[in-house]
Amino acid sequence: MQDAREDGWQVYGTTLSSRLLVGTAQYPSPKILADAIRASDAEIVTVSLRRESGGSGAGQSFWQLIRDLGVRVLPNTAGCHAVKEAVTTAEMAREVFDTSWVKLEVISDDDTLAPDVIGLVEAARILSRDGFQVFPYTTEDLGIAQKLVDAGCEILMPWGAPIGSGRGLNNPYGLRAMRAHFPGVPLVVDAGIGAPSHAAAAMELGYDAILLNTAIARAGDPVVMARAFAQAVEAGRLARLADPMEPRDMAAPSTPVIGRAFTAA
Amino acid sequence: MQISVNGKPCEVRADTLAALLAELEYEDAVVATARNRDFVRRKDRAQTVIAEGDEIEILVPKQGG
Repeated sequence: MQDAREDGWQVYGTTLSSRLLVGTAQYPSPKILADAIRASDAEIVTVSLRRESGGSGAGQSFWQLIRDLGVRVLPNTAGCHAVKEAVTTAEMAREVFDTSWVKLEVISDDDTLAPDVIGLVEAARILSRDGFQVFPYTTEDLGIAQKLVDAGCEILMPWGAPIGSGRGLNNPYGLRAMRAHFPGVPLVVDAGIGAPSHAAAAMELGYDAILLNTAIARAGDPVVMARAFAQAVEAGRLARLADPMEPRDMAAPSTPVIGRAFTAA
Repeated sequence: MQISVNGKPCEVRADTLAALLAELEYEDAVVATARNRDFVRRKDRAQTVIAEGDEIEILVPKQGG
């Protein structure tokens, strides 16, 4: 039988077996964060850089906790509204986290946290030229996606729905079209996932992985929810590999009609 | 000297970024620095002179989504 765990995927030359990437924010406690990450089987977690006063331990215990988990980190540029801010934040993150990976966010609007796709393409171009391996948080717009690929992005991360909204896949048609248009580019649904069924649906569409944070961190039991997401992502991936049946409008009996009792022979 | 550190006005004695980190008790913490919105590498902090009115950012690893 096909085992989803043996069915790896690659990004920027790194082979990964887990298809679930998780954020590290909003957990009730550091212990629950650590337990949830372990339960999710994630190999990549997202992190950020923020201000903190000196003399207060300054983020060091969080960083130690992440290092102890032995996962890869994907620093983000969350909250950046300008290209310059995003580029400087990425440069700062590369030094602190010792990775050239960056989850590039350039945000256009605080109500939707929608990507500023024009700024995103410009920042992706600058960072790719400077040796970064950019994971762009984008929309399902195919023209923008192509510009990101042309800028050097070897992965695309369209939103499912606005960050933190938990609405699932707002535009399955757009996501399906993106999968069809970029068959060779790793695609990750990033943001808006609220329930494991949303993650499974994205995987059934052929997405390579799912990135989420709030749906696990804000669940009543984040550790159990992390496990649920891991299983949903694996189920969705297996379903994709198994080639699901096409839906049809009319019923078709699954039990054989031939040999049914009380009928004329 | 009056500068801004992480968006707050701050009166400091340090004249370099490295000295500023010591003065503000970041000590051996893993931090990233920027001066006037430009990234300053760790190795350049000792040579980076701070001037009146500079805007300094000192960022640390944090939770992110």
